[in-house]
Amino acid sequence: MKPLLEIRAARRIFTTPEGRNIAALDGVDLSVGDGEFVTLLGPSGCGKTTLLRAIAGFEQIDDGTVRLDGADLTGLPPHRRPVNTVFQSYALFPHMTVARNVGYALEVQGVSRTVRMAEVAEALDKVGMADLGTRSPGQLSGGQRQRVALARAIVAKPRLLLLDEPLSALDRNLRQQMQFELKDLQHRLGIAFVFVTHDQEEALTMSDRIVVMRAGKVEQIGSPRDIYRKPKTRFVAEFIGETNLLPARVNRVGGDTADIVLAGQAVTVPAGNLRAEMAVTAVIRPTDFILGSHGIAGTVRRAVYLGADLHLKITPDDGPELTVVARDTSRAPGEGDRVHLSFDPAQVHLLEGAQ
Amino acid sequence: MTRHERGLLFVLLSPVTLFLAVFFLIPLATIAIFSLLTPGLYGGVEWSFYHWNYGRIFGWADGIIEIFEPVYLQILWRSLMLAALTVILCLLICYPVAFWVARLPQKWRMFFLFLIALPFFASLIVRLYAWLLILKPSGLLNSFLMTLGVIGEPLDILYTPTAVVLGMVYIFVPFMFLPLFSSIDTLDRGLIEASGDLGARPWQTFFKVILPLTTPGIVGGSVIVFIPAVGNFIVPDVLGGAKGLMTGNLIEQQFLSSRNWPFGSALAMVIMAVVLTVLILFGSRARKAGVMT
Repeated sequence: MKPLLEIRAARRIFTTPEGRNIAALDGVDLSVGDGEFVTLLGPSGCGKTTLLRAIAGFEQIDDGTVRLDGADLTGLPPHRRPVNTVFQSYALFPHMTVARNVGYALEVQGVSRTVRMAEVAEALDKVGMADLGTRSPGQLSGGQRQRVALARAIVAKPRLLLLDEPLSALDRNLRQQMQFELKDLQHRLGIAFVFVTHDQEEALTMSDRIVVMRAGKVEQIGSPRDIYRKPKTRFVAEFIGETNLLPARVNRVGGDTADIVLAGQAVTVPAGNLRAEMAVTAVIRPTDFILGSHGIAGTVRRAVYLGADLHLKITPDDGPELTVVARDTSRAPGEGDRVHLSFDPAQVHLLEGAQ
Repeated sequence: MTRHERGLLFVLLSPVTLFLAVFFLIPLATIAIFSLLTPGLYGGVEWSFYHWNYGRIFGWADGIIEIFEPVYLQILWRSLMLAALTVILCLLICYPVAFWVARLPQKWRMFFLFLIALPFFASLIVRLYAWLLILKPSGLLNSFLMTLGVIGEPLDILYTPTAVVLGMVYIFVPFMFLPLFSSIDTLDRGLIEASGDLGARPWQTFFKVILPLTTPGIVGGSVIVFIPAVGNFIVPDVLGGAKGLMTGNLIEQQFLSSRNWPFGSALAMVIMAVVLTVLILFGSRARKAGVMT
C-alpha cells in the first residue's frame, strides 16, 4: 500500500546568529500510512518540531521532498497544504467565539453559514464540548482549550493531523485522560496523526509507531514494543524508559545460540549476528530483574517506595550500579540488605560493541 | 469598601485630583467663561455676558441675523478633513513599516525605534522650514523633478492644503508608529500560523486575524494623531498660506493679533466639543465591533 505521507531526504539548515550552521533535519526519511498514529520522539533540539513544521509548511526544507497522497507539497505555503495542526499553545483566536474558531477553516473556504454551523456542532460534539460554542477562548480552562483546538483542526476533515506537544501544558491526570481520548478520537475519525512529544511514556501509550530522533537524524523507527525491547542504539535504550546497560562478552557461538558472560553470569541467548569474542552491551529493563536466592549478588543502596512498586538502587559486588523495580511485598528488601538478582535470558537485548 | 479603605483612597487620589484641578480644570473653566464675555476694545475681556462669540462661529457675526457667512465653519470642516487625511496617511505609512520592524532581529529593531525618535532631537520649526525649502517652486523637490524631466513647470505645492497634510504627516508619523508597533509586536505569531494552517489565504489572515487583533493600536494611534492635528497651527502657519488656514491658526490670531480673546475662547470650546464628539462616536463604534475591551 502506498503511504499517505512520504518524506524523502529532508534537510533543513539553520544559521545561528553567530553564523554557525546547524542541521535541524539531516536527511530524514519518513512515511506515514493512512490512519496511522506516528509519534516523533526525542530530546529538545532533535529536530522533531522542525520536521512537523516542515510537513505543515511553516518551515520549508532546503533539500528533499514532502509528498501527501502522491501530491508533491514541497515548497507550498501552509494554506495550500491539506493538513491541519494542533498547536502546543493552542493558538485559538482570542477575538472569536469558540464556534467561530472551530468553523474558521470552513469560513475561509466560503462554506455557507448553515452548513458551517452543522459541521462545527459535530466537531465540538466529537471532542465533548457541545455546549460551549458561544464562549470566548479566554473563558475556557486549559483542557477545554485543548479540545477546542482539536475540534478546530478536524472540522475540515484533513487526511493527516499534526499535533505539536498538545498535552504538555496540561496537568498529569488530565494529560493521561487526554491521551486515551486522543487515541480513541483518532480511531473514530480514521485519520493519520503525526504527534510530537518529548515524553516517552506518552509516545509508548499512544503510538502505532515511534520515530526516535536525535540531532536532526532518525535514530530508530518501530512499534512501541520494538523501541522499548529492541533498541538499536544506546541512545534509544537510554531515552526510552529506565534501563541498565551491562558490559558483556560472547564466549562461544554454536548453532542458534550463543553463550555470553554478563555480570559474572553465564547466559545463553539467541545467536543472531553474534561472533565469538565479541564485546556487547546488554540492555536489561529494571522490571526484568527477579529478586531471589541466586544470580548477581549485591547490596541495596537505596529503596524508594512508589506505592505498588519499589524502586531499588543496587550495588553489585562486581560491576556498575543497577536500577531494579520490584513489587512491594512483605518480603521486599530494605536499604542495606543483601540480595540476589536473576533475569530471564529471553528478555535480554544485546547491542553491538562495548559501552 | 470599608470606611478605612475609602479614606485611604481619598488620600491617595488627592494629589492627582489637585494636579488636574490646577493644570486642567481651572484653565478650561477660564476659557469657558471667557468665551461668554464681551471682547475688550484693546484685548482682554469686559465682564459682561455676550453670546454672539458663538453666533459668529456659526455664521451670524455680532447679532446680525441678516448676514450669514459660515466662513469659520468652513475652516473648521477643513481642519477636520485635513486631520482625518493625516491620520489615514500616517496609518498607511506606519502599518507595514511597524510590521516589518517587529520582525527584525532585536538589535536592528532598537536601531529603527531610535531612528523613529530621532526627529524629536531637532526643533519642530527648523524641521518645518526645511520642508519649506524642499517644497518651494525653486526648491529641492522641484529642481530634482525638473532635472529628471518628469515635470516641465515647478509644482505649486507650497502654501496649499497638500503642503499642510504633508507637513502634518511628517510630524505625526512617530506618534502613529509607536502605539501601532506595540500592538503589532505583541501579536502572537502562532495565530498567524494557525490561520494559514486552517487554509486562510494571506489576505484572509490579514482581515480576519491580524487587523482585528491590532485594532487597539490603530485606534490608539489615530486618536493620538487626530487630536493635535485638528488644532495644529504651526504647520499651516509655515507651509499653509491663506488657502491652508486651519482652526488652530484662527484661534492663535484671535489671541495674538486680533486681540479678541472671547472669540478665540469660543472657537477653542467648539473645536474641543467637535473633537470629543468624534472620539466618542469612534470609541463606541470600535467597542460595538468588539475590538476594544
